[in-house]
Amino acid sequence: MRYVIYFIIGFCLWLLLTLSVNLDHLVAGIIVVLLGTIIFGGYFTDKPIKFLQLHRLFWLIIYIPVFIWCMVKANIDVAYRVLHPERPIKPGIIKIKTTLKTNIAKVFLANSITLTPGTMTCEIDGDYLYIHWIWVQTSYVDKASRIIARSFEKYLRRIFE
Amino acid sequence: MISPIGWIIIWIGVFFDILGAVGLVRFPDVYNRLQASTKCVTLGTFGIMIGIFLLKGFSPMGIKALICGGFLLLTSPVAAHALMKGSLHFGTKMWKGSVVDKYGEDKLGGEQIEKPKEEK
Amino acid sequence: MSSIIFSILAIGGFLCLYRIYQGPSISDRAVGVDIMGILFVGITALSALFYDLSYLMDLSITLAMFSFIGTLALAKYLEKRSLDD
Repeated sequence: MRYVIYFIIGFCLWLLLTLSVNLDHLVAGIIVVLLGTIIFGGYFTDKPIKFLQLHRLFWLIIYIPVFIWCMVKANIDVAYRVLHPERPIKPGIIKIKTTLKTNIAKVFLANSITLTPGTMTCEIDGDYLYIHWIWVQTSYVDKASRIIARSFEKYLRRIFE
Repeated sequence: MISPIGWIIIWIGVFFDILGAVGLVRFPDVYNRLQASTKCVTLGTFGIMIGIFLLKGFSPMGIKALICGGFLLLTSPVAAHALMKGSLHFGTKMWKGSVVDKYGEDKLGGEQIEKPKEEK
Repeated sequence: MSSIIFSILAIGGFLCLYRIYQGPSISDRAVGVDIMGILFVGITALSALFYDLSYLMDLSITLAMFSFIGTLALAKYLEKRSLDD
Protein backbone atom coordinates (compact mmCIF):
# COMPACT_ATOMS: atom_id res chain seq x y z
CA MET A 1 0.00 0.00 0.00
CA ARG A 2 2.67 2.49 0.97
CA TYR A 3 4.65 1.64 -2.18
CA VAL A 4 1.62 2.43 -4.33
CA ILE A 5 1.11 5.85 -2.75
CA TYR A 6 4.83 6.60 -3.02
CA PHE A 7 4.71 5.67 -6.71
CA ILE A 8 1.69 7.91 -7.37
CA ILE A 9 3.28 10.92 -5.63
CA GLY A 10 6.58 10.43 -7.46
CA PHE A 11 4.87 10.08 -10.81
CA CYS A 12 2.80 13.28 -10.27
CA LEU A 13 6.04 15.12 -9.47
CA TRP A 14 7.62 13.77 -12.67
CA LEU A 15 4.61 14.91 -14.72
CA LEU A 16 4.86 18.40 -13.23
CA LEU A 17 8.59 18.55 -13.95
CA THR A 18 8.41 17.52 -17.60
CA LEU A 19 4.94 18.94 -18.34
CA SER A 20 4.46 16.97 -21.55
CA VAL A 21 2.57 13.76 -22.38
CA ASN A 22 5.12 12.49 -24.87
CA LEU A 23 5.40 8.67 -24.90
CA ASP A 24 9.18 8.70 -24.38
CA HIS A 25 8.89 10.94 -21.33
CA LEU A 26 6.17 8.76 -19.82
CA VAL A 27 8.16 5.51 -20.24
CA ALA A 28 11.34 7.07 -18.83
CA GLY A 29 9.34 8.47 -15.91
CA ILE A 30 7.76 5.11 -15.09
CA ILE A 31 11.18 3.39 -15.07
CA VAL A 32 12.82 6.06 -12.90
CA VAL A 33 9.95 6.27 -10.40
CA LEU A 34 9.83 2.45 -10.12
CA LEU A 35 13.54 2.37 -9.29
CA GLY A 36 13.05 5.11 -6.69
CA THR A 37 10.08 3.29 -5.17
CA ILE A 38 11.98 0.01 -4.85
CA ILE A 39 14.99 1.67 -3.21
CA PHE A 40 13.41 4.34 -0.98
CA GLY A 41 9.82 3.15 -0.45
CA GLY A 42 10.72 1.38 2.78
CA TYR A 43 11.55 4.67 4.48
CA PHE A 44 8.11 6.12 3.77
CA THR A 45 5.44 6.81 6.37
CA ASP A 46 3.83 3.93 8.27
CA LYS A 47 0.19 4.87 7.79
CA PRO A 48 -0.27 6.10 4.20
CA ILE A 49 -4.05 6.03 4.65
CA LYS A 50 -3.69 9.46 6.25
CA PHE A 51 -3.05 10.96 2.82
CA LEU A 52 -6.60 10.16 1.80
CA GLN A 53 -8.39 11.92 4.66
CA LEU A 54 -9.69 15.21 3.36
CA HIS A 55 -9.88 17.17 6.63
CA ARG A 56 -6.09 16.89 7.00
CA LEU A 57 -5.62 18.48 3.58
CA PHE A 58 -8.06 21.23 4.60
CA TRP A 59 -6.04 22.08 7.71
CA LEU A 60 -2.83 21.95 5.66
CA ILE A 61 -4.24 24.58 3.29
CA ILE A 62 -5.24 26.71 6.31
CA TYR A 63 -1.75 26.28 7.79
CA ILE A 64 0.28 27.48 4.77
CA PRO A 65 -0.81 31.19 4.83
CA VAL A 66 -0.34 31.33 8.62
CA PHE A 67 3.18 29.95 8.19
CA ILE A 68 4.11 32.36 5.37
CA TRP A 69 2.82 35.31 7.42
CA CYS A 70 5.02 34.17 10.34
CA MET A 71 7.99 33.98 7.95
CA VAL A 72 7.46 37.55 6.77
CA LYS A 73 7.25 38.74 10.39
CA ALA A 74 10.48 36.85 11.17
CA ASN A 75 12.28 38.54 8.31
CA ILE A 76 11.19 42.02 9.34
CA ASP A 77 12.42 41.19 12.85
CA VAL A 78 15.82 40.05 11.54
CA ALA A 79 16.03 43.10 9.28
CA TYR A 80 15.53 45.33 12.32
CA ARG A 81 18.30 43.54 14.20
CA VAL A 82 20.72 43.63 11.26
CA LEU A 83 20.23 47.28 10.37
CA HIS A 84 20.15 48.62 13.95
CA PRO A 85 23.54 50.23 14.71
CA GLU A 86 23.89 48.58 18.13
CA ARG A 87 22.86 45.01 17.16
CA PRO A 88 20.16 44.39 19.85
CA ILE A 89 20.76 40.68 20.48
CA LYS A 90 20.74 38.57 23.66
CA PRO A 91 21.22 34.97 22.43
CA GLY A 92 20.96 31.71 24.33
CA ILE A 93 19.93 28.07 24.01
CA ILE A 94 16.81 27.01 25.90
CA LYS A 95 14.69 23.88 26.18
CA ILE A 96 10.99 23.48 25.39
CA LYS A 97 8.57 20.57 25.72
CA THR A 98 6.23 19.58 22.93
CA THR A 99 2.96 17.68 23.16
CA LEU A 100 3.15 16.20 19.64
CA LYS A 101 3.75 12.47 19.45
CA THR A 102 4.53 11.32 15.89
CA ASN A 103 7.91 11.84 14.26
CA ILE A 104 6.72 13.61 11.12
CA ALA A 105 4.79 16.17 13.19
CA LYS A 106 7.90 16.84 15.28
CA VAL A 107 9.98 17.38 12.12
CA PHE A 108 7.46 19.86 10.77
CA LEU A 109 7.32 21.63 14.14
CA ALA A 110 11.12 21.95 14.12
CA ASN A 111 11.13 23.35 10.58
CA SER A 112 8.37 25.83 11.41
CA ILE A 113 10.23 27.00 14.51
CA THR A 114 13.40 27.49 12.46
CA LEU A 115 11.73 29.82 10.00
CA THR A 116 9.79 31.96 12.48
CA PRO A 117 10.80 34.99 14.56
CA GLY A 118 14.11 34.74 16.34
CA THR A 119 14.11 31.01 17.08
CA MET A 120 15.97 28.05 15.63
CA THR A 121 15.94 24.33 16.50
CA CYS A 122 19.23 22.74 17.60
CA GLU A 123 18.22 19.20 18.46
CA ILE A 124 15.15 17.03 19.06
CA ASP A 125 15.46 14.70 22.05
CA GLY A 126 12.29 12.76 22.75
CA ASP A 127 9.65 15.24 23.87
CA TYR A 128 12.15 18.07 24.37
CA LEU A 129 13.45 20.47 21.74
CA TYR A 130 16.54 22.62 22.21
CA ILE A 131 16.00 26.08 20.74
CA HIS A 132 18.52 28.81 19.97
CA TRP A 133 16.75 32.09 20.70
CA ILE A 134 18.18 35.39 19.52
CA TRP A 135 16.41 37.43 22.24
CA VAL A 136 15.86 35.25 25.31
CA GLN A 137 12.70 36.30 27.17
CA THR A 138 12.57 33.44 29.65
CA SER A 139 14.51 30.27 30.36
CA TYR A 140 11.72 28.31 32.07
CA VAL A 141 10.52 25.29 30.09
CA ASP A 142 6.76 25.85 30.44
CA LYS A 143 6.71 29.55 29.68
CA ALA A 144 9.05 29.21 26.70
CA SER A 145 6.99 26.38 25.23
CA ARG A 146 3.88 28.51 25.54
CA ILE A 147 5.53 31.43 23.74
CA ILE A 148 7.24 29.49 20.95
CA ALA A 149 5.39 26.30 20.11
CA ARG A 150 1.69 26.53 21.04
CA SER A 151 0.52 28.46 17.99
CA PHE A 152 1.90 25.83 15.59
CA GLU A 153 1.00 22.76 17.62
CA LYS A 154 -2.72 23.25 17.35
CA TYR A 155 -2.51 23.20 13.54
CA LEU A 156 0.07 20.41 13.27
CA ARG A 157 -1.92 18.15 15.62
CA ARG A 158 -4.92 18.41 13.34
CA ILE A 159 -2.82 17.76 10.23
CA PHE A 160 -0.63 14.86 11.26
CA GLU A 161 -2.20 13.09 14.26
CA MET B 1 -2.09 43.49 -13.56
CA ILE B 2 -0.18 40.41 -12.39
CA SER B 3 3.17 41.58 -13.80
CA PRO B 4 3.90 44.57 -11.48
CA ILE B 5 3.08 42.41 -8.43
CA GLY B 6 5.57 39.83 -9.65
CA TRP B 7 8.29 42.44 -10.08
CA ILE B 8 7.59 43.90 -6.62
CA ILE B 9 7.86 40.43 -5.04
CA ILE B 10 11.15 39.80 -6.91
CA TRP B 11 12.55 43.10 -5.61
CA ILE B 12 11.50 42.27 -2.05
CA GLY B 13 13.23 38.91 -2.43
CA VAL B 14 16.45 40.52 -3.67
CA PHE B 15 16.34 42.99 -0.75
CA PHE B 16 16.02 40.18 1.80
CA ASP B 17 18.83 38.24 0.08
CA ILE B 18 21.30 41.10 0.43
CA LEU B 19 20.10 41.62 4.02
CA GLY B 20 20.89 38.01 4.83
CA ALA B 21 24.40 38.41 3.43
CA VAL B 22 24.92 41.58 5.50
CA GLY B 23 23.73 39.69 8.58
CA LEU B 24 26.27 36.96 7.81
CA VAL B 25 29.03 39.56 8.07
CA ARG B 26 27.72 41.63 10.97
CA PHE B 27 26.67 39.16 13.66
CA PRO B 28 29.23 38.01 16.22
CA ASP B 29 29.10 34.20 16.39
CA VAL B 30 28.19 31.25 14.20
CA TYR B 31 24.76 30.60 15.71
CA ASN B 32 23.50 34.15 15.24
CA ARG B 33 24.93 34.22 11.72
CA LEU B 34 23.15 30.98 10.86
CA GLN B 35 19.92 32.31 12.32
CA ALA B 36 19.86 35.60 10.42
CA SER B 37 21.18 34.42 7.10
CA THR B 38 19.09 31.24 6.84
CA LYS B 39 15.82 33.04 7.46
CA CYS B 40 16.50 35.99 5.19
CA VAL B 41 18.03 34.08 2.29
CA THR B 42 15.35 31.38 2.33
CA LEU B 43 12.48 33.85 2.20
CA GLY B 44 14.36 35.95 -0.37
CA THR B 45 14.92 33.09 -2.79
CA PHE B 46 11.38 31.80 -2.19
CA GLY B 47 10.11 35.30 -3.08
CA ILE B 48 12.14 35.29 -6.30
CA MET B 49 10.60 31.93 -7.25
CA ILE B 50 7.04 33.15 -6.47
CA GLY B 51 7.71 36.26 -8.56
CA ILE B 52 8.87 34.17 -11.53
CA PHE B 53 5.75 32.01 -11.17
CA LEU B 54 3.51 35.10 -11.21
CA LEU B 55 5.30 36.50 -14.27
CA LYS B 56 5.32 33.28 -16.28
CA GLY B 57 2.03 31.70 -15.21
CA PHE B 58 1.43 27.99 -15.83
CA SER B 59 4.22 27.57 -18.37
CA PRO B 60 7.02 24.98 -17.79
CA MET B 61 9.28 27.65 -16.30
CA GLY B 62 6.63 28.83 -13.84
CA ILE B 63 5.81 25.33 -12.61
CA LYS B 64 9.51 24.51 -12.20
CA ALA B 65 10.04 27.73 -10.26
CA LEU B 66 7.21 26.77 -7.90
CA ILE B 67 8.66 23.27 -7.37
CA CYS B 68 12.11 24.75 -6.72
CA GLY B 69 10.63 27.19 -4.17
CA GLY B 70 8.84 24.42 -2.31
CA PHE B 71 12.00 22.31 -2.29
CA LEU B 72 14.02 25.19 -0.82
CA LEU B 73 11.38 25.80 1.83
CA LEU B 74 11.55 22.13 2.89
CA THR B 75 15.32 21.57 2.79
CA SER B 76 16.91 24.81 3.95
CA PRO B 77 15.74 24.54 7.62
CA VAL B 78 17.02 20.95 7.69
CA ALA B 79 20.43 22.05 6.41
CA ALA B 80 20.60 24.86 8.98
CA HIS B 81 19.59 22.44 11.76
CA ALA B 82 22.33 19.98 10.72
CA LEU B 83 24.96 22.72 10.60
CA MET B 84 23.90 23.99 14.02
CA LYS B 85 24.09 20.54 15.62
CA GLY B 86 27.41 19.97 13.90
CA SER B 87 28.97 23.14 15.23
CA LEU B 88 27.62 22.44 18.73
CA HIS B 89 29.32 19.04 18.71
CA PHE B 90 32.43 20.49 17.09
CA GLY B 91 32.82 22.74 20.12
CA THR B 92 32.41 26.18 18.67
CA LYS B 93 31.89 28.57 21.58
CA MET B 94 28.94 30.93 21.79
CA TRP B 95 29.35 34.69 21.86
CA LYS B 96 30.37 36.16 25.22
CA GLY B 97 27.10 38.10 25.56
CA SER B 98 24.97 34.93 25.55
CA VAL B 99 22.82 34.44 28.61
CA VAL B 100 21.97 30.74 28.89
CA ASP B 101 23.00 27.41 27.32
CA LYS B 102 20.73 24.54 28.34
CA TYR B 103 22.11 22.18 25.68
CA GLY B 104 25.68 22.50 26.91
CA GLU B 105 24.55 21.98 30.50
CA ASP B 106 22.58 18.86 29.63
CA LYS B 107 24.71 17.13 27.02
CA LEU B 108 28.22 18.55 26.83
CA GLY B 109 29.03 19.09 30.51
CA GLY B 110 29.04 22.83 31.09
CA GLU B 111 28.01 25.93 29.20
CA GLN B 112 29.82 26.49 25.92
CA ILE B 113 29.99 30.27 26.26
CA GLU B 114 33.14 32.19 25.42
CA LYS B 115 34.73 33.91 28.42
CA PRO B 116 34.93 37.71 28.19
CA LYS B 117 38.48 38.98 27.82
CA GLU B 118 39.96 40.73 30.84
CA GLU B 119 40.60 44.38 30.17
CA LYS B 120 43.95 45.75 31.21
CA MET C 1 16.88 46.36 -14.56
CA SER C 2 18.64 42.98 -14.86
CA SER C 3 22.12 44.47 -14.35
CA ILE C 4 21.01 46.19 -11.12
CA ILE C 5 19.55 42.98 -9.67
CA PHE C 6 22.60 40.93 -10.64
CA SER C 7 24.94 43.54 -9.15
CA ILE C 8 23.08 43.46 -5.83
CA LEU C 9 23.15 39.66 -5.68
CA ALA C 10 26.85 39.63 -6.64
CA ILE C 11 27.59 41.96 -3.72
CA GLY C 12 25.79 39.44 -1.49
CA GLY C 13 27.98 36.67 -2.90
CA PHE C 14 31.10 38.70 -2.16
CA LEU C 15 29.96 39.23 1.43
CA CYS C 16 29.65 35.43 1.76
CA LEU C 17 33.16 35.08 0.28
CA TYR C 18 34.44 37.53 2.87
CA ARG C 19 32.96 35.36 5.62
CA ILE C 20 34.48 32.20 4.07
CA TYR C 21 37.91 33.88 3.90
CA GLN C 22 37.75 35.55 7.30
CA GLY C 23 35.72 33.11 9.42
CA PRO C 24 37.45 32.33 12.70
CA SER C 25 36.32 28.68 12.79
CA ILE C 26 35.39 25.94 10.34
CA SER C 27 31.69 26.22 11.19
CA ASP C 28 31.63 29.86 10.00
CA ARG C 29 33.05 28.77 6.66
CA ALA C 30 30.46 26.00 6.35
CA VAL C 31 27.68 28.54 6.97
CA GLY C 32 29.13 30.80 4.29
CA VAL C 33 29.18 27.96 1.75
CA ASP C 34 25.57 27.03 2.55
CA ILE C 35 24.26 30.58 2.17
CA MET C 36 26.23 31.13 -1.04
CA GLY C 37 24.65 28.00 -2.52
CA ILE C 38 21.12 29.27 -1.88
CA LEU C 39 22.04 32.71 -3.30
CA PHE C 40 23.30 31.06 -6.49
CA VAL C 41 20.01 29.17 -6.86
CA GLY C 42 18.28 32.57 -6.91
CA ILE C 43 20.78 33.99 -9.41
CA THR C 44 20.33 31.02 -11.77
CA ALA C 45 16.54 31.30 -11.62
CA LEU C 46 16.71 35.02 -12.39
CA SER C 47 19.01 34.34 -15.37
CA ALA C 48 16.41 31.89 -16.66
CA LEU C 49 13.80 34.65 -16.38
CA PHE C 50 15.83 37.46 -17.98
CA TYR C 51 17.38 35.54 -20.89
CA ASP C 52 14.28 33.35 -21.39
CA LEU C 53 16.21 30.08 -21.31
CA SER C 54 14.02 27.37 -19.83
CA TYR C 55 16.80 24.86 -19.15
CA LEU C 56 18.45 27.18 -16.63
CA MET C 57 15.45 26.51 -14.35
CA ASP C 58 16.27 22.78 -14.39
CA LEU C 59 19.82 23.74 -13.49
CA SER C 60 18.44 25.78 -10.59
CA ILE C 61 16.56 22.79 -9.12
CA THR C 62 19.65 20.60 -9.46
CA LEU C 63 21.82 23.24 -7.82
CA ALA C 64 19.41 23.41 -4.87
CA MET C 65 19.62 19.64 -4.41
CA PHE C 66 23.41 19.51 -4.60
CA SER C 67 23.79 22.45 -2.24
CA PHE C 68 21.58 20.64 0.29
CA ILE C 69 23.54 17.39 0.04
CA GLY C 70 26.87 19.22 0.29
CA THR C 71 25.75 21.07 3.41
CA LEU C 72 24.62 17.80 5.02
CA ALA C 73 28.03 16.25 4.28
CA LEU C 74 29.80 19.26 5.81
CA ALA C 75 27.60 19.01 8.92
CA LYS C 76 28.40 15.29 9.28
CA TYR C 77 32.08 16.13 9.03
CA LEU C 78 31.76 18.77 11.74
CA GLU C 79 30.00 16.29 13.98
CA LYS C 80 32.98 13.91 13.59
CA ARG C 81 30.83 11.06 12.34
CA SER C 82 31.43 8.86 9.32
CA LEU C 83 29.44 9.57 6.17
CA ASP C 84 27.47 6.34 6.02
CA ASP C 85 25.24 6.49 9.10
